[in-house]
Amino acid sequence: MNRIDSIFTDLRAAGGKALMPFVTAGDPSVGALPAVLSAVERGGASVVEVGIPFSDPIADGPVIQASMKHALDHGATVEGVFAQVKAARSDLTLGLVAMVSYSIVHRWGLTEFVDTAAEAGFDGFIFPDLPVEESDAAVAAARSAGLILSMLVAPSTPIERAKRIAEASTGFVYVVSRPGITGARTALPEELPGRLASLRGVTDTPMTVGFGVSTPEQVAQVVSVADAAIVGSALVDHLAQRRDGGAEAVALAAEEMVAALASGLGQAAGTQ
Amino acid sequence: MTATTTATGTPDPAQLPDPRGYFGAFGGTYIPETLHHAVAELSAEYDKAKADPAFAEQMATLNRDYIGRPTPLQFAPRLTEKCAGAQVWLKREDLAHTGAHKINNAIGQCLLALRMGKKRIIAETGAGQHGTATATAAAKFGLECEVYMGEEDMRRQRPNVLRMQLMGATVTSVKDGSRTLKDATNAALRDWMATSQDTHYIIGSAVGPHPFPMIVRDFQSVIGNETKRQCQAQVGKLPDTVVAVVGGGSNAAGMFYPFASDPDCANTQLIGVEPGGTGTSFGQHAAAIAYGRPGVLHGSLSYVLQDDDGQTAPVHSISAGLDYPGIGPEHAFWKDAGRVSYAVIDDKEALDAFQTISRLEGILPALEPSHALGHVLKIAPELPNDHVLVLNLCGRGDKDLDEVVRLLEL
Ligand SMILES: Cc1ncc(COP(=O)(O)O)c(C=O)c1O
Repeated sequence: MNRIDSIFTDLRAAGGKALMPFVTAGDPSVGALPAVLSAVERGGASVVEVGIPFSDPIADGPVIQASMKHALDHGATVEGVFAQVKAARSDLTLGLVAMVSYSIVHRWGLTEFVDTAAEAGFDGFIFPDLPVEESDAAVAAARSAGLILSMLVAPSTPIERAKRIAEASTGFVYVVSRPGITGARTALPEELPGRLASLRGVTDTPMTVGFGVSTPEQVAQVVSVADAAIVGSALVDHLAQRRDGGAEAVALAAEEMVAALASGLGQAAGTQ
Repeated sequence: MTATTTATGTPDPAQLPDPRGYFGAFGGTYIPETLHHAVAELSAEYDKAKADPAFAEQMATLNRDYIGRPTPLQFAPRLTEKCAGAQVWLKREDLAHTGAHKINNAIGQCLLALRMGKKRIIAETGAGQHGTATATAAAKFGLECEVYMGEEDMRRQRPNVLRMQLMGATVTSVKDGSRTLKDATNAALRDWMATSQDTHYIIGSAVGPHPFPMIVRDFQSVIGNETKRQCQAQVGKLPDTVVAVVGGGSNAAGMFYPFASDPDCANTQLIGVEPGGTGTSFGQHAAAIAYGRPGVLHGSLSYVLQDDDGQTAPVHSISAGLDYPGIGPEHAFWKDAGRVSYAVIDDKEALDAFQTISRLEGILPALEPSHALGHVLKIAPELPNDHVLVLNLCGRGDKDLDEVVRLLEL
């Protein structure tokens, strides 16, 4: 079984929830990824989204844009990300999902990209700019490599379309909490629990919620209705502030922040 | 063989894009799910508008009374004399209201926005011509308007910034990346991700996710349709060659499509001209077909300038409207199908052509069509006297005066 599938199967059996941080590969420094990955694992993450830096991330807000630009300006490459994941994989138990623009995947060649990622030790993919109608080949390629491909459901996605997206997704469905780009927000949308409930009506696939989740309290709110909470910009920003510090300071900061966010997994939270 | 496929297996150009938004291998809809609803809504509204005779009538009236169409097709006697070869004719899109072809699309899409009940318009702009056209249309129809423009382009095209502001638009300076058209497009897409419920994004060229390349082409096709009619009426035959500059490809698509989709025009040669900048390395030019490869950018699959990792390459052109690393997917199709050929003209050749037409015809062209003219000056001398060559003069040069004066050290 794919690692992501078994992580969610085990969590569901135990009544547990997952924290899924997002980190930019190449930030705060080009070689930092292995240290950051083990730090987020120690902090209590079950799965991590590894953002492969892209020059034109149209779904991302200022924090992740700046982070990706920093990584690219300092020489981050896709091959370098694969090499670091390969080096780190055997020391890690958490699931590794590559979040990567289809512009990059297309240029590499779909099969070449998927196979190289699989060999490096990735467990799956999110292609944030590949909608379901363009996804047949990617679904097939991921499946034949034994990796998951998670697709996104937006607030404006009608329920029949959400069903189609969930059916095409493997591993988990990525529920975008609100319209717009990535970035921390002070409050989650009030309609989120209702949306999750109606999505539950059309799929059993685990559901993760991201965009705007940044505090332990919000993590608690999210996992009261979903299987996992995704935290991106807040963590990326926290690490970016430490670009001038050493590798150890960065790893410590990552571990502490993830541990604080993970405390939200255990809180008995209401849905508001 | 299906009804839309020719004997050779190439799709019939008149039937493209297919329902999935593909022109042969190119096009599609590579967008975040968050934008799907807005794009689907636009597709549905456009289909309804196309089937509505009242919409066609409204467009025709605005074309005539507001934009000032048809624009003339005009013989250029002194250019022709200088070339001593083909007869050079000019399609005077510079005489359209606001001074470029961009208004054809801005008015059309504003009408679609009104039909969809949108209250706010956003746009990206490079040269500021599309931004100006959009600000114009928004003012005319009472819509709120915000235009994203790279900081570098705001400097290069200052008169257009002022025009937009005078018509009530907010011009938002984009300071990311190269601070030019690509970055302005990113900013507009990000705005639309959050605001599509009440906002329509008027994309300015035949690029982006389906249905934009088709819609922009269709609104711009008034250029080619008029040219065909005018050439028949004034010269008594169709043009032998048509030349247009290609930034994202909207003026060229609007000029070429009526020829490329009509089997009776098979003998008309179509030439797109890309900006060659100062050299052939990444960062020195913006010629996506000449030096690029198929890739995904801003929602569609087409020729793009990318490195081996798929990161968008830096680009350069003397002309802010051409300073873009991609090209519309229909051009990629025409290129691979062999229906349109693509040439490259560099900064210096364009600047020379700018001066030539200014002095010989009393027309100050925009730097964008100066590239097309640069190519005309190269090929016309080699062609016979009965060869009719039409240049799409897609914009006037007022916006470029500061930049040209600076470059010529006048
Ligand atoms: C006068 C003029 N011509 C051409 C272009 C290039 O765009 P397109 O290739 O879409 O016609 C621009 C863009 O700003 C322009 O202002």
